[in-house]
Amino acid sequence: MLNTERKPITGKRVQLMATCLCDAFYDDVAVATVQVLEHLGVEVVFPDGQTCCGQPAFNGGDWAASRKVVRHTVKTFAGDEPVVVPSGSCAAMMFHGTVLEFEKEPDLGEVEALGRRTWELGDFIVNGLGVKTWPGRFAATVAFHRSCHSRGTGSSAAAATLLGSVAGLKIVEFGEGEQCCGFGGTFSVAFPNISASMGALKLDHLRAVKPDVLVSGDMSCMMHLGGLAKEEGKPIKTMHLAQVLRDALKNVGQL
Amino acid sequence: MRFQQIDQFAAELKADTRAAVYDGSKKGHEKRTKLLFDEFPDANRLRHIAGEVKQHVVENLDTYLPQVEAKLKANGVIVHWAATAEAANQAVLGIMRARGATKMVKAKTMVSEETELAHFLEKHGMEALETDLGEFIVQIDGDHPSHIVKPIIHKNRREIATSFEKNGLGAYNDDPQTITRRARNFLRHKYLEADVGLTGANFVSAESGRLVLVTNEGNSRFCLAATKCHIAMVGIEKIVPRDYDLALFLNLLARSGTAQEVTVYTEFISGPKSPAQPDGPEEMHVIFVDNGRTEVLASDCRDILRCIRCGACLNVCPVYRQASGHAYRSVYPGPVGAVLSPLLMKEKFPQKADLPKASTLCGACQEVCPVNIPIPDLLLRLRNRAKEENVPSPGTPPMGAWALLASQPTAWKASLFGGKIINYLPTKLLPIPALRAWEAKRSLPEWRGGEFRKWLKTRKSRVD
Ligand code: SF4
Repeated sequence: MLNTERKPITGKRVQLMATCLCDAFYDDVAVATVQVLEHLGVEVVFPDGQTCCGQPAFNGGDWAASRKVVRHTVKTFAGDEPVVVPSGSCAAMMFHGTVLEFEKEPDLGEVEALGRRTWELGDFIVNGLGVKTWPGRFAATVAFHRSCHSRGTGSSAAAATLLGSVAGLKIVEFGEGEQCCGFGGTFSVAFPNISASMGALKLDHLRAVKPDVLVSGDMSCMMHLGGLAKEEGKPIKTMHLAQVLRDALKNVGQL
Repeated sequence: MRFQQIDQFAAELKADTRAAVYDGSKKGHEKRTKLLFDEFPDANRLRHIAGEVKQHVVENLDTYLPQVEAKLKANGVIVHWAATAEAANQAVLGIMRARGATKMVKAKTMVSEETELAHFLEKHGMEALETDLGEFIVQIDGDHPSHIVKPIIHKNRREIATSFEKNGLGAYNDDPQTITRRARNFLRHKYLEADVGLTGANFVSAESGRLVLVTNEGNSRFCLAATKCHIAMVGIEKIVPRDYDLALFLNLLARSGTAQEVTVYTEFISGPKSPAQPDGPEEMHVIFVDNGRTEVLASDCRDILRCIRCGACLNVCPVYRQASGHAYRSVYPGPVGAVLSPLLMKEKFPQKADLPKASTLCGACQEVCPVNIPIPDLLLRLRNRAKEENVPSPGTPPMGAWALLASQPTAWKASLFGGKIINYLPTKLLPIPALRAWEAKRSLPEWRGGEFRKWLKTRKSRVD
């Protein structure tokens, strides 16, 4: 389904694509991403001109607008280091969505080249760097939400591998784990009723297994589910994969 | 309208209906997954192969259609070509009139739903009776199917019992077996009275000209038992290259559609009754229906023509489960319908350009599709087409200003800082509809624009 063919990792330097969501709301997720990568001895470069991957307009159907942003992103992430992004959705945009919207464009080649070196964080750690266990300790029962844009990629399995290896951490399965949380980008505001009903269903399944924390590789799903739960007056604790990995290190004084 | 029609429909849906659709879809999906993945070591491989075979057919229809026509003719079948729904219906009417026929028994066929054949025939004084139990119930109710495999997924048995009573099919009784028996008794007589039997075809083999029909009630076989004339209405994309390919497709169709290893009845029809056969229709017609398919073929969404109408994408779709089939205002609902229905509208595409928006692009549909159609990609292409044709899209935020901002780093950084205003102002006062739609259902996290960049500047890298 997705164009997931990637260049093998050689150097120990990456460019960080922080995502617009972390830039605007979730700075600690971006911080944790940097800390996790640096713990692995990876040098992190942050191209300062970065904005957004272009996905909102791509999903909204305004491909001309999206391409404008993607062209900017391609320029900003020049070079040949891997680009690491703490979001399965933005990663899929870079290696699949952009290819679709640039199909008939003369600069398709450059866009594809960036896609081939873009990795979702968990996928990068496990399948790029070959790291399969995580040190530290995180004593909690975790429900892991597989975000939809990581379907067909190595991301969900990678996250499960990492989380499963953390001392003290217990993963609980919940009902209909394969179903979407209802976010869907512009869908969440153009179809607010269906979006919220889907989210409510997900929350029911989650609450049934009583996790201490809900973890995902995508903050967009967490923003939706966390926001719904809070609005209902029954907040749930949400974290990004990077934050769990970072806190695991912190808890044993490795950071 | 502030939001999308489908969202509005879902919000107003009766709780009963939602529950029926949700439960039916979920059960269908779970059984399918179990059957497919328990029994085949690599079910995904099968989906991919089947997809490639069907894509090959779609891209070579110009060679396969004449080949099929020649085979059918050699088998004694009369072949008709119908460019439009109207032409297809007229062809059926013509055949009936030529035989002096007035009564038709009909098996389930989606393409005849597409052309609204039953209504058309009734308007012209013919009786056209649906014999698939679900379709029969829809017909006596004056309702519409809401699922391509389970037309009455939206109804519970109490509603069915009520409509049976209303239509003179016995006193109220909502026991499913009683309902089925009553329908069967009624239909048995109709089979005997009918002049013409109409079916679709799930597959047509280009190699042999064989039509393949699958049902679980055996009604298509009954439709052809006593009638002297068989008419098959077939979409031009129903071809498979060889008889051999049917092994793959029949396996996938039954498992994906109804979670069965094989459907209860699978019929292979090679032509009208031969002199050696004791009974069966003496005359057989195949009407190949285009009705917009050529336009789909010419578009960048031609992959949707691979569809074998199994309904698996409906069952798994979280939006379909919430909204029900009727929300899509089309013969084809759910993910497949969100692609196919607007395309079949041809130049009236804008009327259904909202359908492709009714998806979170979660990709579950492609994951289950037995012919691996990249439905999310096609939905995205149609969204872009709607934008290019300037079709208004309620609730979708405009992207022009955002794109400008997101391609100018200085402006972007300034807005990261400026966005903090949402932490202090009641958002209800802000003239941003998307924000309000968000906040109607969800609270917004604290705006921390630029904080990460600040952190980067002040910290020391741990890697030298
Ligand atoms: S698109 Fe695929 S899953 Fe959906 S009905 Fe057609 S064949 Fe089945």
